[in-house]
Parts: sequence; structure tokens; C-alpha cells
Amino acid sequence: MSKHDHAPALEYTRREAITKVATTSVAAGAAIGLGVWLTGRKAVGETELETIRDHRVQLPSGATQMVIARGPDATQNTRKAIEALGGMGVFVKRGERVLIKPNVGWNRLPNQAANSNPDVVAEVIRHVKAAGAVTVWVTDVSVNKAERCFARSGIGDAVRNAGAELVLPTDSRFRTVGVGGQLLRVAEVLWPFVEADKIINIPIVKQHGLSGATMAMKNWYGVVGGHRARMHQDIHRSIFELTTMMKPTLTIMDATRVLMANGPSGGSLDDVKAFNTIAAGIDEVALDAFGCSFLGLSASDLGYLTLGERAGLGTTNYRSLKLEEVSS
Amino acid sequence: MFIWLRRVYQTVFFLLFLYLVIVTTAALIGGHPIDWFLGFDPLVAVSTALSAHTISSSLTWAIPLIVLTLVFGRFFCGWICPMGAMHHVLGWLGRRRRVRARMESNAPRGVYRFKYYLLIALLLAALFGSNQVGLLDPIAFTWRAFATVLVPAVDNISLGLYQGERHFHSNTLITALFVTALSLNMVISRLFCRLLCPLGALLGFLAKFSLFRLQKSPDVCKDCNVCGADCQGAADPQGTLRVSECMLCLNCQEGCQRGGIHYKFLPSPELTTDRLDLTRRHTITAVAAGLMAVPLLRTSDGVDPRPHPHRIRPPGSVPEHDFLERCVKCGACMKACPTGGLQPAWNEAGLEGLWTPILVPRIGYCEHDCTLCTQVCPTDAIMPLTDTEKVGQPPDKEPVRLGTAFFNRGRCLPWAMDTPCIVCEEVCPTSPKAIYYKLETVTARNGEERTLKRPFVDPDQCVGCGTCEKHCPVFDEAAVRVSSVGETRDIRNRIMLKGGRV
Repeated sequence: MSKHDHAPALEYTRREAITKVATTSVAAGAAIGLGVWLTGRKAVGETELETIRDHRVQLPSGATQMVIARGPDATQNTRKAIEALGGMGVFVKRGERVLIKPNVGWNRLPNQAANSNPDVVAEVIRHVKAAGAVTVWVTDVSVNKAERCFARSGIGDAVRNAGAELVLPTDSRFRTVGVGGQLLRVAEVLWPFVEADKIINIPIVKQHGLSGATMAMKNWYGVVGGHRARMHQDIHRSIFELTTMMKPTLTIMDATRVLMANGPSGGSLDDVKAFNTIAAGIDEVALDAFGCSFLGLSASDLGYLTLGERAGLGTTNYRSLKLEEVSS
Repeated sequence: MFIWLRRVYQTVFFLLFLYLVIVTTAALIGGHPIDWFLGFDPLVAVSTALSAHTISSSLTWAIPLIVLTLVFGRFFCGWICPMGAMHHVLGWLGRRRRVRARMESNAPRGVYRFKYYLLIALLLAALFGSNQVGLLDPIAFTWRAFATVLVPAVDNISLGLYQGERHFHSNTLITALFVTALSLNMVISRLFCRLLCPLGALLGFLAKFSLFRLQKSPDVCKDCNVCGADCQGAADPQGTLRVSECMLCLNCQEGCQRGGIHYKFLPSPELTTDRLDLTRRHTITAVAAGLMAVPLLRTSDGVDPRPHPHRIRPPGSVPEHDFLERCVKCGACMKACPTGGLQPAWNEAGLEGLWTPILVPRIGYCEHDCTLCTQVCPTDAIMPLTDTEKVGQPPDKEPVRLGTAFFNRGRCLPWAMDTPCIVCEEVCPTSPKAIYYKLETVTARNGEERTLKRPFVDPDQCVGCGTCEKHCPVFDEAAVRVSSVGETRDIRNRIMLKGGRV
């Protein structure tokens, strides 16, 4: 015996039938609408690129444009250099987000002079914080594993102790920006370089195999991730165009210990020479020209300085600037 | 009767499918709509919409099929699907003699819900950027098997009369799976459709909304169950018809001696059911599998950002990330390729890119003025190109590059064996030639002085077509080989700073 023998309510009620037809119609309408909307909706291609803002400040007229500070203590030299430029308040305003870019390229100890001096970095952080910066980021796209570079260089500890924020270069943190150069068009840069209101460069002076020397301008290599080794194919123009893209606020160059040979990674203390000098200013071409003197080079030896000077980025004749030399 | 109409439909659509596969070759392709079957495949459309957030204009044809299924049920499986037609015939060949045995064989089974779980997992993986429906979608599955196994097999035994002899990298697994899917009919007819087919599952889901359904007449039914003996979908027409399983093959109508089964508008709610009976536990498992699949797959090496050097994509391919969102591994491009160089990938694109197209220049190079593969892609994983766009007009308009050629000087005759050769330079199709030579005078082992033409590649001219690799007389492993670096579609996959991308 079938359960349907008695033919119970086998038909839909009018209400059920209308609901059923309506549901199907809505589903069909949604399918058509979605389908038409999705057809050819998204093209494949590059979206418009963000760019890096101009971080420079105008110095008051008559102000010191470049300082050379000499003395046995790197912290003191840094302080004196900043003070000679009129104090950090000239460069950093209250509430700004500031990025500090030391050279932390290598898994080396401070005395091996492959990375910027941690005492200098700590002192700059303190001044930036005292000037009222709301956030201070410190970062670099290291060549060796970044965690180890920041640990062994002492810069990781310096950043933590001085109360700044360390940004490590992990893959997901790069942004694609337009460089706007003749050679370089698109680069992957770490996000704080896009976000920061002000950028302070803390390079170290080192010999560099390919480009001759790593100082202020060459330090911008460490902004870029991606396939940056390609820049070796035209290193001088690449360095020049990266500097043009960055437009930094202030540069504090560390020549406390200088790596004279086997750079930029070094390793042997025999290659390190103490000069106990800090130079600071807003003209990276001038600072690099000064830095050449530690390495026995002249500004004309470095293609990127020639390109920079020709483009009006600065002057290799740093003595033509309003220069102050202090010692402690 | 209607059952004969269904057979006519199945035959016509199967032959049409076969015809479109066969004409997918340079000499016959004409203006044929090669992407037609995959174009109206709702599973490909839904999956691509989820992964790429867009569908190609070919896939717009899936919309009418979705709407028709919402109204009329899962007729596609019983009337149109070319793989379904093959299953149908094989199921008939393998059917049991006794009606009672067939009733048992074609009864509903709980395990048939598996296809819905599979569908859930595949669509979630698609949502996370990996379009894997092509592995089991019957149209893509059949296309792939016909393009890389069945048609080449027939062609090869007929001395390559049709397309020339064809050999496909990694097609053993394609053959094995296709043969297995069809052989399952010897166990239970349409087992693939009932148990695995993700397209069937999607259509089954849509059929829940159907307004027209088969329904038995309770006043004439004596519950003999003969109607269920040949039910293709194991849909239980004698009990409560399972609408999501019913393929509308009409075997039940034919089987009923009392004429007690009718296709009706809004049939009795008690005699049909649109329940899928998925369990919560299994659904959660399927969701978890789909969510985890993509991150797990992408832990492997040889995928972005460090791709396998031999992952050389066809011209016009979108960047790899978008490519994996779109390609359904149907093999239409491989079928169209006049040199047979487009091949189903094995490990070159990661497990995720299994059977996606790559160029293997040693098998066949990319013909300079040919864009056939770009015309047949149903999902725009390969975007349409014109010959002019592909060749470019250097230096004003860049050509489309697939990669770059490199010499292995340890195998190259003029470099390693002081022997003249320079076939690569001769066959290089770009103008000026990407392969050029320098004259060098060397002293051979026997003291004889020889002046040799030693080849070099100019990366500004090389388009990575692989013509040099194909023709290199170093017979087994060519002395000049193409790798993907320099491909147009990925601005990161570059050697040269020229172009300004770091």
C-alpha cells in the first residue's frame, strides 16, 4: 500500500504557488543581473601608481646648511650637529610621523662598520621624539636577513630603548610606487617610505665595490625591495634617481668608524678606521662629496654625484654652503 | 516519443562538441565559436566570477543556461552534456540484465551527496583565487582529454594526416583519469555524474528552484519501481522524486507501463523534493577544505614569486595571479597550437597549475605570426591578440614576449666543439634577428685554425618564441633554451633594468 493512496493535499495552495514562482523569478533575475554586471567588469592591467611625497623643509635664511662635528663620542657629535642646524624643531613638527633610515644592510657588529652607528640612531630618535613626532619608524631593507641585521648591528636595541618603532621588511609590506625617473619607472618600496611625513637619512661612510662609495645617496638603495639587484646594471643613474624620488628632510652621516675596503659588507677590523666624525645637513650631494675625503676619493670619481650636481640636487663644493665645524 | 527527442539532442550536441574540437586547428578553425561549450558552462562562469570577479564575454552564455535550469531543472546533464552522453551510452552497455538488479543499481545513495561537498570546496578555493573546477568540470575534462589524448591518438595512427603527429607532456594522467571516469559506468551507470561531477552539483542546486518537474500520478502508480530501473540520476521517481538528482532523461516515463509519470508545472510538493540532505558536519569539512586548499598549495616552491623557469605561458596570457583565477585547463589552446608546443603543465606551474598551458619549445615553438591560442580561450586567461599586436613594431611598439633564449656554451657546437652550425640564427624570426653571431678564429685540437660564427642573444630583440630551441641540432637537450624571464605579462620577471622596474 502506498502512502499516497488516499491522495492527500497534493497541490500547492495559491499562496505557495505564487511564492514558488516568485522565488524562482528572483533567482533568475539575480543570475541575469549578476552575470551582466560581471561580464568584462575587470580588466587586467596596472592601476595608477602612488608616489613618494616631498619631505624637504625650507631652512631659515642665513641658517647653517651643513655641519661637521668631531669628537670622541658619537652621541655628543650627533647632538652638536643637530643643535648647530638649529635643533630638530626646524625639521620635525609636532604630530608628524617620522621615518629614520639608517644603513642596516648587513649581519655585522657595530665595530665592523658595515652598518650605521647605533648610538647615532638612538640620539636622532631622542631628538625627533623631543620635537613632538607622534610616531618614529626605523627601517631598512637589509641585504642579509633583516631580523639578524637589526639584532647584531645594535640598532634593534637602540630603537627599542629610545622608544621608536622598528619596521622589518617582510614581503607583504611593500608598496608599488612610481619613481618618475628617466631610467627607473616603478619600484617596490617599504610602506613607511610612502606614509611618512618626514624622512631622516642616517648613512654610514663605506667603500663600495661597484659604485665606489656608499654614503647618503647610495643609502636609498635600501628603500627598495623587489628585484633591486637589477639596479647594478646602471648603478650611478639608479642612485641618483632614487635620491630624486626620496627628497629627504635631513641627513646625518656617520663617519665614526669608516669601512675603508672590502665594502660594503666588510668583516675585518683591519679594514675599519676611526674618524669620529658626524656630518649633517640637507644637501646630500655636498655631504657625499665631504664623505669622499675619508675614502681617498674625490667627488668626480662618483658618477651619481656628477649626475646629482648636474640635475641641481646639490653641490659637490660643500665649502660653498654655510658650513659650521664643531668639536667636543 | 520524447525519449527519442532526448537521444537526438544528445547525439547532436555530442557531434557538435566533437566537431568544434576537431576544427580547432589552423586549417579549419575559420570563425568557429570554439569556446561555445565552455562558454555556456555555468560552473566555469560561477567559479571564474568568484575567483576573478569578472567573466569573459563568452561566459555570458552561461546565464541563459542558469535561468533555464532554475525553471526547468537539470536538463543539461541528460540532454546536452557531451560527457553525459558518453556516460549514458557506456552505462547502457554496462547495464545489468535483470530489471530488479537495475532498480537496485540505480537507487539513490547517500554517498552521491559527495559532489555537493566537492562543489563547495572548489568554489571556496575559487573565492581565494585558485580556479580548480576545470579538474572535474565535465566540459573542461572532456575537452582536455579530446585535445591532448583522443584526437592525437587517432591522428598519430593515421600517420598524422590531420594535424601532424602530436605528443603531450604529462597526458598519461589525463588519459588514466578520463578512462577511469568512463569506466565507472561499468560499476554503476553515470557514477561520475552522480558522485563527482561539480557541474552536476551546481545544476542540482539550481534545480531546487525548478518550477517544472517530473511527477508520478499516485492514482495509477502501483509502486512496481520499474520507472527507477534506468533512472540516470538515481532520483527515485517511484518514491519522492529528488529534483536535484533528476537529469530529465525521461527513462522513467518510458519505463512506466501505466503512463503514470508526467512533466508538470508546479507538481505535487509531496511527490518531489528539492532537499539536498547535506549534513552540517560534512559541509563544515568541505568549507574547511576549500579554505585551506589555496594557502596549502601556495607553500610549494616553483610558483610565484619564484616561478619555475619553464613556466612559459602562451602569448597574451594575463599575469600568473590572474591566470590561475581564470584558466580551467580545458586544453583548447593546446589543440589550436599549430606546432603542438602548447602543453599541459605537470609541475612547472605548481600543483595548482596542473594541466594549465605552457610552451615546451623542444616539442613545438610559438609561431611568429600566429595568435590562434588567444582566439579560443573561453575564460580570457589568454586575452585575444591580433598578429600585429603580437609581433609589435619595434622600437615603437613592443612585441609580446614569452621569455628569453639563453645559450648553453657547453653544448653549443661553435662554442664547445669548434664546429660551424648557426641554425639558431638562421631560424630566428625577429627582425632584426635576436640571435646574432661574432666571428672568432680559434685553434682546434689538431692545430688547425678555424673561423667560427659563435651565436649570442640580444635580449632586446628576443621574444622567447623558442624557434631556436626547437631547431637546435643538439638533439636531446638543446644548446639554446628559453626560460620565462622577460615575459611581457609579468613586469617583475625581468633581468634587464631597461623598463625601469625594481
